[in-house]
Amino acid sequence: MPRTSSLHVNGRAVSVRVDDPETPLLYVLRNDLELHGPRFGCGLGQCGACTVHIDGAAVRSCVTPLSSLTPDQKIVTLEGLGTQEAPHPVQAAFIAEQAAQCGYCINGMVMQSAALLTRNAKPSEAEIKQELAGNLCRCGTHARILRAVKRAASSI
Amino acid sequence: MSRTPISPLNLSRRALLQGSGALVVSFALPPLRALAQTPPPIPPALPTRGLSKSVAGDAVDGFLAIGEDGRVTVFSGKVDLGTGVRTALTQMAAEELDLPLESVTVIQGDTGLTPDQGPTYGSLSIQNGGAQIRQAAATARQALIRLAAERLGAAPETLTLKDGTVQPRSGGTGIAFGDLLTNRTFALKVDTTARPKDPALYTLVGKPVARLDLPGKITGTFTYMQDFRLPGMVHGRVVRPPAIGATLESVDEAEALALPGVIKVVRAGNFLAVAAETEWGAIKAAAALKPRWSRAETLPDQTKLWQHVRGSTVTKDDVTSQVGDADAALKGAAKVLEATYDFAIHTHGSIGPSCAVAELKDGALTCWTASQMTHALRRQLAAMTGLSTEDVRCVYLEGSGCYGRNGHEDAAADATLLARAVGRPVRVQWSRADEHGWDPKGPPTLIDLKAGLDADGGLVAWSSQFFVPEGAAGNVPLVAADLAGLPHETTLAPGNIIQNSAIPYGVANVRTVCHRLADTPLRPSWIRTPGRMQNTYANEAFLDELAAEAGIDPAAYRLRSLKDPRGREVIERVMALAQWESRPSPKADLSGDVLRGRGVSYVRYELYRTYVAGIAEVEVDRRTGAIRVPRFFVVQDCGQIINPDGVRNQLEGNVIQTVSRVLKEEVTFDRKAVTSLDWASYPILTFPEVPEVVMELIDRPAEKPWGAGEPSAAIVPSAISNAVFDATGVRMRSVPFSPVKMQDGLRAT
Repeated sequence: MPRTSSLHVNGRAVSVRVDDPETPLLYVLRNDLELHGPRFGCGLGQCGACTVHIDGAAVRSCVTPLSSLTPDQKIVTLEGLGTQEAPHPVQAAFIAEQAAQCGYCINGMVMQSAALLTRNAKPSEAEIKQELAGNLCRCGTHARILRAVKRAASSI
Repeated sequence: MSRTPISPLNLSRRALLQGSGALVVSFALPPLRALAQTPPPIPPALPTRGLSKSVAGDAVDGFLAIGEDGRVTVFSGKVDLGTGVRTALTQMAAEELDLPLESVTVIQGDTGLTPDQGPTYGSLSIQNGGAQIRQAAATARQALIRLAAERLGAAPETLTLKDGTVQPRSGGTGIAFGDLLTNRTFALKVDTTARPKDPALYTLVGKPVARLDLPGKITGTFTYMQDFRLPGMVHGRVVRPPAIGATLESVDEAEALALPGVIKVVRAGNFLAVAAETEWGAIKAAAALKPRWSRAETLPDQTKLWQHVRGSTVTKDDVTSQVGDADAALKGAAKVLEATYDFAIHTHGSIGPSCAVAELKDGALTCWTASQMTHALRRQLAAMTGLSTEDVRCVYLEGSGCYGRNGHEDAAADATLLARAVGRPVRVQWSRADEHGWDPKGPPTLIDLKAGLDADGGLVAWSSQFFVPEGAAGNVPLVAADLAGLPHETTLAPGNIIQNSAIPYGVANVRTVCHRLADTPLRPSWIRTPGRMQNTYANEAFLDELAAEAGIDPAAYRLRSLKDPRGREVIERVMALAQWESRPSPKADLSGDVLRGRGVSYVRYELYRTYVAGIAEVEVDRRTGAIRVPRFFVVQDCGQIINPDGVRNQLEGNVIQTVSRVLKEEVTFDRKAVTSLDWASYPILTFPEVPEVVMELIDRPAEKPWGAGEPSAAIVPSAISNAVFDATGVRMRSVPFSPVKMQDGLRAT
């Protein structure tokens, strides 16, 4: 039977009805809440395309079942981080550095980096690389992404 | 030496001449360049029932529309695969019409609206697709000025275009584009003699314009294929056979059908899928199906892959170059070297698995797809379903970067079969295992090379044999059509993989032959830089072996046999960029736990266009066999550059993606099917492993633009192999350069 779950997403309380409490958060965000920032890449937690923030930490939404979440946990997606009109400093830096090609992985790159910068405002290049080691990019945009994260760090 | 007549249809003959010695090249080049720089003719329009927009590739209205508000819409058959082509095409069209970028919109790959400019592959989107759009815009510009001149009673040369109007150069009120046209249509053929704008006057082309799509992609508002939804749409999931060639004997559907929201199990021959109201519901239902498949073991033993390739039936030989008498010259050479190279089966590795949405309504099919070839896909879907082509429309939406023919077209076929069976719009999202397991692969490439040197180490004879599947860049058979027993192509389509089997140097005796194989273990297609990457790997690494044998600096060795000044320039500039130290390889001191070296490589893409030279720096860990590429230098000359930042992005991407291929990637399989079904079993390069890419672009605004999306990948494998040899004295002749292979090589020295 469908059941209702309460979530806190991008600053507001929402409720969703799903058949299966084990539904990964990714599908709820994309299909029920129409938030397309987090992307399906592997469903295995291996590539990072689905990354969202839960209470400020970067989390793989494709392997986070709805049942593991409580209504007071604050979920933030790429859309909640900033907008084109008012981008988050990390988003602004990615745009300034033109740090994307196809852009499919960029959600994860932005969300993972933003979480890093809240923990460590001035990361070294090695620290950035280590933080992003689990985020895969196939287009080979890595160098620009690194420059963007450094630019964001200097602007925050 | 006499000049040989050149037939535009005889590609082998063309390659033969281009790959030949300097004397022949000097005769052959002018007509060949003219031939190669004319975009191919666009096939006749195939209208879509219910749509009246021209899709004629020879009509200005096929490519351009003037809106009521004066905005211009460009209709491009070439699509942006994430490479920035949409922005570059916008620059080219806006430039010809003297419009600001924001006044131009590009519609891509909609078979109901855009001409069939051929698939988006082969680094041809700007070179051919952009050239066709530029010519249409130049024709439009000429027509607008002529019409305004008539209206104003002014001489055409006194008029100019500004902000969507034609106005006197001396100033004064202009006439809006739309007001000059009847019903805002041009009703004109594209004039192939219309002169495009003088590059000296460019204000947009050649400038690093920011990508139009990135703000949306970086803030989550961009609609990818994977995001597209229709009212009433349901979700489909396919269940592929556990073994290639297995047949579906029975399915227990009960458990799947009992799950909430499951609509239907669809079975057609060996095609098995399920549709459900929700995506997660479809995933669970697919897992709950209990199919019984026959046993099948059709694949060769992977440990004996290269014996299998060598033993495959040869259906024909393509002689891609023949100069002098290579066999006789080898017999007379002071020294003969031989080597065999191989390049593993690779996948595209798109980060987003393939996805499509199909809807059958009133007897017509619309398929939203990230296909790089919507016009060809339209014909394939029509053939598969029995619908007339006029009743099929494929609409392009950007997906995850594909770099070649991945699974997008197959997902489209899956969605089509499901939409037909379910009677509602169906979205099919492939899983990671679907993509890794069932996207078509870059085929295994095996190459034997032999060369003769004279007493001074000079290259006097070159002979090579490539073992590659037959076929060209046609339509790759659709998995769903194959499994369901519906009409589909049965020929192989690995891409034009014999390109760059001939060498770009002047050598007196050359013979290069591609043995085309009747079959290859997994369904082949073109990965990025298909054939050109694998072939250039072998050619440029083997050439390095000859330089080492001759005791000559490898960059100097290349320059000795290269007369083309643009080719020489990219090599000389990359040497300067990397502060190349002139000396033979390997370096003198091969001791230490971390061995460092550098290697050079050069390509002229398809022997007639873009020039690239690169230098890899490597570090080899003697104990683990791990190879690292800390820095890679690259210089490219692709003629006129449309967007230098876009080209830089392509170069960085090509280098990093190909370093990944060379160091890490190999599709694994057992006798049944692919076993590398995720990123753990098919790892790609990660941030800590990524090289710094240092580059220089050579811009030639007065030249035609050539492709930039593929060529630079071609030089990467050989540059790394050559650098490893320089560092260690070990020649890496098998991609990927795994730590095990490296350790084996080090032990043998």
